[in-house]
Amino acid sequence: MPATAHYLDHAATTPMLPEAVAAVTAALAETGNPSSLHASGRRARRQVEESREQTAACLGARPAEVVLTSGGTEADNLAVKGLYWSRQGSDPRRRRILVSAVEHHAVLDPAAWLQAHDGAQVELLPVDSDGRLRVDALADAIARDPHDVALVSCMWANNEVGALQPVADVVALAHEHGIPVHSDAVQAVNTVPVDFGASGLDAMTVTGHKIGGPVGSGALLVRRELPLVPLLHGGGQERDLRSGTLDVASVRGLAVAIACAGEHRAALSEHLRSLRDDMEARVVDSVADVRVNARLDRLPGTSHLTFAGCDGDALLMLLDARGVECSTGSACSAGVPQPSHVLLAMGRDERAAAGSLRVSLGRTSTAADTDAFVAAIVPAVERARAAGLAAARP
Amino acid sequence: MRVLAAMSGGVDSAVAAARAVDAGHRVTGVHLALSRTPAAMRSGSRGCCSREDADDARRVADLLDIPFYVWDVSERFQSDVVDDFVAEYAAGRTPNPCIRCNERIKFAAVLDRALALGFDAVVTGHYARRLDTTAGPELHRAVDSAKDQSYVLAVLRPEQLAHAMFPLGGTPKSEVRAEATQRGLAVAAKPDSHDICFVADGDTRGFLRRALGDRPGRFVDESGATVGTHDGSYGFTVGQRRGLRLGTPAAGGEARYVLDIEPVSRTVTVGRRESLATRVVDADAPVWCTAEPPPTFPAHVQLRAHGEPLPASVAVDGQRLTARLERPAYGVAAGQTLVVYERTRVVGSATVVVPAGRAAATVPPSSR
Repeated sequence: MPATAHYLDHAATTPMLPEAVAAVTAALAETGNPSSLHASGRRARRQVEESREQTAACLGARPAEVVLTSGGTEADNLAVKGLYWSRQGSDPRRRRILVSAVEHHAVLDPAAWLQAHDGAQVELLPVDSDGRLRVDALADAIARDPHDVALVSCMWANNEVGALQPVADVVALAHEHGIPVHSDAVQAVNTVPVDFGASGLDAMTVTGHKIGGPVGSGALLVRRELPLVPLLHGGGQERDLRSGTLDVASVRGLAVAIACAGEHRAALSEHLRSLRDDMEARVVDSVADVRVNARLDRLPGTSHLTFAGCDGDALLMLLDARGVECSTGSACSAGVPQPSHVLLAMGRDERAAAGSLRVSLGRTSTAADTDAFVAAIVPAVERARAAGLAAARP
Repeated sequence: MRVLAAMSGGVDSAVAAARAVDAGHRVTGVHLALSRTPAAMRSGSRGCCSREDADDARRVADLLDIPFYVWDVSERFQSDVVDDFVAEYAAGRTPNPCIRCNERIKFAAVLDRALALGFDAVVTGHYARRLDTTAGPELHRAVDSAKDQSYVLAVLRPEQLAHAMFPLGGTPKSEVRAEATQRGLAVAAKPDSHDICFVADGDTRGFLRRALGDRPGRFVDESGATVGTHDGSYGFTVGQRRGLRLGTPAAGGEARYVLDIEPVSRTVTVGRRESLATRVVDADAPVWCTAEPPPTFPAHVQLRAHGEPLPASVAVDGQRLTARLERPAYGVAAGQTLVVYERTRVVGSATVVVPAGRAAATVPPSSR
């Protein structure tokens, strides 16, 4: 095993910023429940509220719109279930949940659960071959009966292929009929300008660990006047929408990371785009039959590649053995790679979906990392193709 | 060498992987996922296939500090092992799915993939020994005769055997467990697996019924007289006595055994134990682990995974192997694997066609 790994999986999680580590460790050393009324409690509460204000300011939201959660998955669940229950409660006709077919499982699975257990009808909206939501399909779906739509959820940027979604168009269409829109923006915040207020969104998910904050920190931004049914009942700490003692350290880490992201976004974005484009050009030059996915409009740090005749998991293993760490990008079940629902929705077949790799760059990525990837991928593809042929033998 | 350790999550494959690491090999652990939708937790005496088992294997790999991956072999496993198992029973034969898995999955699909990916060998926790001679590698019984698994490996050809490593063949099972404890492996106390791994509840007959549905037919005695009815001939194995639920008792009140299964007419012939006796066993498609043997030679043959080795004279003529037994075997069934031993060495194996000694209705030979 090489001493230093080339970490190219920043879309999975990215190293914590030194500033965030410092903020978190400082907060961990303090005692105080933000809900307590004494001096220690007030000190903790002040930390939380200053963090909330910082987070809100960086994301174009008002402090009261920031509902702190344990991360992206909880925020997505709160948005989908909370909006469905609230909308359905005030008008029982509202049973349809419209979501893009390429959403993260943290959105797809709560929607599917509501369909299985609570009378919802989930409609997966198609995407084009670049992974971008087809706005015409959304318009058709709404037009069929605008009154029975509970909510629309469309991510800001896709976590597998990086495709940026037409969030503004989605908001405009849905708002014509007063339908609330949620967007999972966890992949976008680091490298794409995200302004909750300007976007017109009704709810938006952010998370700490994709942008240099701690794992286990996140928030759902919720428009003030939007009613939502809570998932977690208890002390009612977050506007009665979310209960649980606030984790001051995580909240601090999240705020610091979001603030840093805002400050460095343009430069980071430019740096990643240039690294990635150079890497991709070299891969396309040196490997036959490689396809760059979602090329049209995507996150600057994401490169999603399909290598014909390869298994993604074989590539992953061969690269791992050379200290190059990336991902197939799709979900696993017991470590078994499942065919990516994102690539299938983009019209690829199961073979192509299985032969794909996600390389995602981040703040700490250097040319040495992308060089290592280019050097390792050529022999890896050669071997994986031979293994693919071996596996296909009867 | 770069070796791939197949890790089921059980104690044997864990210690085998650990020993491969100790031997200085560069080991990569691989758990074979046999289903795309594995159950979350282990149930009964199944020793693999659940997410809990995959997690157990991963924890062992962590401790050994080796890379670990899960390989999805579910499609091949379904077609080559599960579907084959069902089809064989439907055809009135008695297959051994563990043999099929070794033949088609572990030492074929997985080994081929491993070699193509740059590995030199596949390590498993089987109790068997590979001994290298000037004539090439030989497969031998394990020293722990109670755990010996050479029977289920007897389908390996020389080129497969050459890339197989069995680090446990020289050790008794009890010592393997003790070693697992000593190494701090959490799987040390995990129970042995016994049942067919893909039959979740151990109810093979129920599994076959779900796959094949009701196919009612008759029980007949040796004179051809109907003595009862059944829901499907696939629920029976030649030599079976229990669970026949015959309507009519035998004349002398003696126990009756399944003598023959004819799947087309769905007729199951039952009769006395003596009628099960076979002195000549014909088998198809022999596979030799080392060099091809002479046309006739004395040997021992074994007809079941934990069966007794029977002294025999073996004759080979192309794709047909005939074993003439010194004393009769009882309940030999088509589809069983006949393994030929010369003392501890596995000479090879072949698939039983039908015992030539029994004059029952013949079953179409296996297509393999």
